[in-house]
Amino acid sequence: MNIIVCIKQVPDSTQVKVDPKTGTLIRAGVPSILNPYDHFALERALEIKAKTGAKITLLSMGPNQATAVLRLGLALGADEGVLLSDRAFAGSDTWATSYALATAVKKIGQYDLILCGQMAIDGDTAQTGPGIAYHLGIPQITFCESIDANGNQIVVKKLIEGGHQILEADLPVLVTMTMPVDYAAKYPSFLAAHKAQDKTIHVWTAADIGADPNKLGLNGSPTRVDRIFPPPARQKGEMFSGSAAELANKFIEILKKESVLK
Amino acid sequence: MIQVSEKCVGCGKCTTVCPFGALSLVNRKAVPSAACTMCGACVSQCPVKALSLPAAGAAKKDLSAYKGVWVFIEISDNGQMQSVRPVGFELLSKGRELANQLGEELCAVIIGNNLQPYFAELSQYGTDKIYAVEGPAYARYNTAAYANAMVTLIKKYLPSVVLYPSTYIGRDLSPRISSELFVGLTADCTGLSIKEGNLIQTRPAFGGNIMADIKCPDYRPQMSTVRPNVFKKVVTTPGRMAIIVKEAVAVSPQAAKVRIISTQMNPPASGMKLDEAEVVIAGGRGMKNKAGFDLLETLAGELGGAVGASRAAIDLGLKPKEQQVGQSGVTVSAKLYVACGISGAVQHVVGMEHSDVIIGINKDANAPIFNVCKYGLVGDASQILPRILEQIKANKK
Repeated sequence: MNIIVCIKQVPDSTQVKVDPKTGTLIRAGVPSILNPYDHFALERALEIKAKTGAKITLLSMGPNQATAVLRLGLALGADEGVLLSDRAFAGSDTWATSYALATAVKKIGQYDLILCGQMAIDGDTAQTGPGIAYHLGIPQITFCESIDANGNQIVVKKLIEGGHQILEADLPVLVTMTMPVDYAAKYPSFLAAHKAQDKTIHVWTAADIGADPNKLGLNGSPTRVDRIFPPPARQKGEMFSGSAAELANKFIEILKKESVLK
Repeated sequence: MIQVSEKCVGCGKCTTVCPFGALSLVNRKAVPSAACTMCGACVSQCPVKALSLPAAGAAKKDLSAYKGVWVFIEISDNGQMQSVRPVGFELLSKGRELANQLGEELCAVIIGNNLQPYFAELSQYGTDKIYAVEGPAYARYNTAAYANAMVTLIKKYLPSVVLYPSTYIGRDLSPRISSELFVGLTADCTGLSIKEGNLIQTRPAFGGNIMADIKCPDYRPQMSTVRPNVFKKVVTTPGRMAIIVKEAVAVSPQAAKVRIISTQMNPPASGMKLDEAEVVIAGGRGMKNKAGFDLLETLAGELGGAVGASRAAIDLGLKPKEQQVGQSGVTVSAKLYVACGISGAVQHVVGMEHSDVIIGINKDANAPIFNVCKYGLVGDASQILPRILEQIKANKK
């Protein structure tokens, strides 16, 4: 069985601070991590590998620094990495990104299962996985909590509004994974990381994958930014300071004034 | 990289608006660095129009045939009963406004089995037409079947705008359709309007950094997803019946490749549902740990409310994603919203700012959350909350 796991390097949102003046996020100096949903998806792929002896290929798109997340994935147990890196990809929205990734999947060739995180935490769109599935002409199942693969089929537990469904699908299929609240990502040992240094990371350009230049970067991105603006300024309300006890009293007073408490 | 023409006067305005800090002044001229992602945020900000994106290769298409605002209507199905998910009415209400601005018709698109019972209610929101794709094969949501039905209808009738709910189904379906049609799709919009015939899609962007207006001037239809509760539902045409257009669409052969084995609904939540609660007690990173959130649960219990959380608290694993308030979570408009240890990033604020009374509790007097609060308490919520709970208990006696 051949599994491709799509991963992305993202800024660590738990380290992002808010600018008190503008209310916007300060991104400078924030460390990069493997997108947590992708990390979870990779761990599920590794479970399938342990069970069936599947081969896992990692696929990412980004600048050269993104090799860091491919190295991490290889150290965790993936077999090979592919990084799409080319200025021709710059300015890609989710349409162009999923086209480029799908084109790279076709070049990789052999695949039965494609796993993605449900979304990247720096964009939150959840569009790239379904986009890749469309461009490959294969079915998708999104927002899955668990996956089990056997032979020519998979069985997944998928979130729906107010509940979940158990679904089965024929291979090949693309599955996007959500993650449980208490998920703690696993990291490789020093030894594993050292051993993984010998694994191959291919760096491919747009020409390497034979992509249509009219579908890459800005040409392949229907969305445009019309303008950006700071969040509308607002009036500050009444401010109170004091000891914890005083502020607790004030809180009760406010609840009574606003008729929340009698 | 962004292109800078000789018109540049070196005013430096673009260096302050770039979300990635990729523009700087060199010899009184703006120069982009390798950090430029070509997002285009600077283009409209340049006072002398010196900035541009490299010209797109594709020739401009004639888009004048695309007319009308469509809303994909989702049917909620708990295994026993089916009904229209209310976000559909919210989107129709907003769609009516957009259609009025464009001078075009508003259409609902509904896919399922036995759709007749829904037509009257769907017609009340100013809906001119309802496109219905019916059949036993469409009884349950299936990505390939529904995407094929939507694509078939869109190619036949050429709408200008298509809106989808940002639910599990809407978020599964819409990117499949935008990929096939080669059109834009903007996720989780917090505002929609029309400017010069284009749909302007407002959302916090660049990781919640700043608000952005997104448009797709060269592509039709323009497509967006919107979370429930972002727009209000407004009945504008009570008693009217829309024109019903039934369309037969053959089921995509790919539909059979994914099969539902079982469906299980969660038991009714013990607490109040977040999007329906009149009182919401929300916590952020400042609540530090589970013990901090236990205080919020207790207070919510006392006031008959629900507990929400900021993105930061979700990412720290303090609450499940379903309890996230904000652009990519739940939008609430509570009578009372208490934000405890939440700094107030715009991502969060767009999900709660329409609440009647907002009380903020934060150690940092400069936290942006205080800019949206009616009352701001500067202090440590984990110290103040236990005392509030004592008083409420004492009050009861």
